[in-house]
Amino acid sequence: MSFLYSVDETVAPNPRRSFLGQSGLLLSGAAVALLAGRDALAASKGGESSVADVRILNTALGAELEAISAYQLGAESGLLQKPALDLAVTFQGHHKAHADLLQKTIFKLGGQAVEPKKAYTFPTDKLKSQADVLRFAAMLEKGAVSAYLGAVPLFGNRELAQAAASILGDEAMHWAVLRNALGEAPVPSAFMS
Amino acid sequence: MKTLAALVFGICATAAIAATSAPALRAQIKAGEAIYSRCLACHALAYDRTGPRHCGLFGRHAGSVKGFPYSEAMKKSDIVWNAKTLDRFLANPTTVVRGTTMTYAGITDAEERRDLIAYLKHVNDTPECKQ
Repeated sequence: MSFLYSVDETVAPNPRRSFLGQSGLLLSGAAVALLAGRDALAASKGGESSVADVRILNTALGAELEAISAYQLGAESGLLQKPALDLAVTFQGHHKAHADLLQKTIFKLGGQAVEPKKAYTFPTDKLKSQADVLRFAAMLEKGAVSAYLGAVPLFGNRELAQAAASILGDEAMHWAVLRNALGEAPVPSAFMS
Repeated sequence: MKTLAALVFGICATAAIAATSAPALRAQIKAGEAIYSRCLACHALAYDRTGPRHCGLFGRHAGSVKGFPYSEAMKKSDIVWNAKTLDRFLANPTTVVRGTTMTYAGITDAEERRDLIAYLKHVNDTPECKQ
């Protein structure tokens, strides 16, 4: 697949090192937004609005933690070949970074972050090939875009909304790259819902 | 005679509606399936994720899937899920159940909600939900 070469180029020559550098860049927008709002976050701790914001962040965190586990399943499945395997590891790293940021922000707001589940349920009986795994990942990423899209307008704190939108952008890129890997139009429409 | 004519007309009219409604329903279900992809960050049909499973949804009391960690708000919402309650909830979840962990702004388009509900109702009768 031609896609695989293009993906390979983005992560070569050292996919892992390259990913770490890229993820730092990708997250900086969200991280800066949160850092900039830290005093405001601390000041709003315990208020009705911050309680609602913590609830949104925890729902997002729960989904991020599941995504980390899903990519782990994919990486360990033996079904992914390089460079698709590198993609999975890269995207899992992004989700770990999202989760870390969400946890820290929840704490900053005086909330209690949800913990990873002891076990996650995945449709393993339907994952028989690399394409199945990529399609499953794409489905989760598309759902994540919609979930963040539905969460952004609910935040009381606009800086949190901005940070969530930054994560949304990252999830959308994951979805597009996975679709491309599957030979599908990477960006099938002008709008997301 | 008038009664018989009315009866025949009624039967014909009902048959006509049924004939046109089946394709329309299929179209709604298909559109609803696409809309359901928005739910897939948190939900699945047959198992619990960040959100509870959707199999068995219709007629179920909100907050009643065994073992799922619902918010207190959802457990106390006194909602029984049907087309009407789903339509209201999906339009604006956090307003209808204040304190729900379904922190999603909602589906503002009434047709989209109708299609999604049609899909959910349809899949509840499929083998995936009958296992």
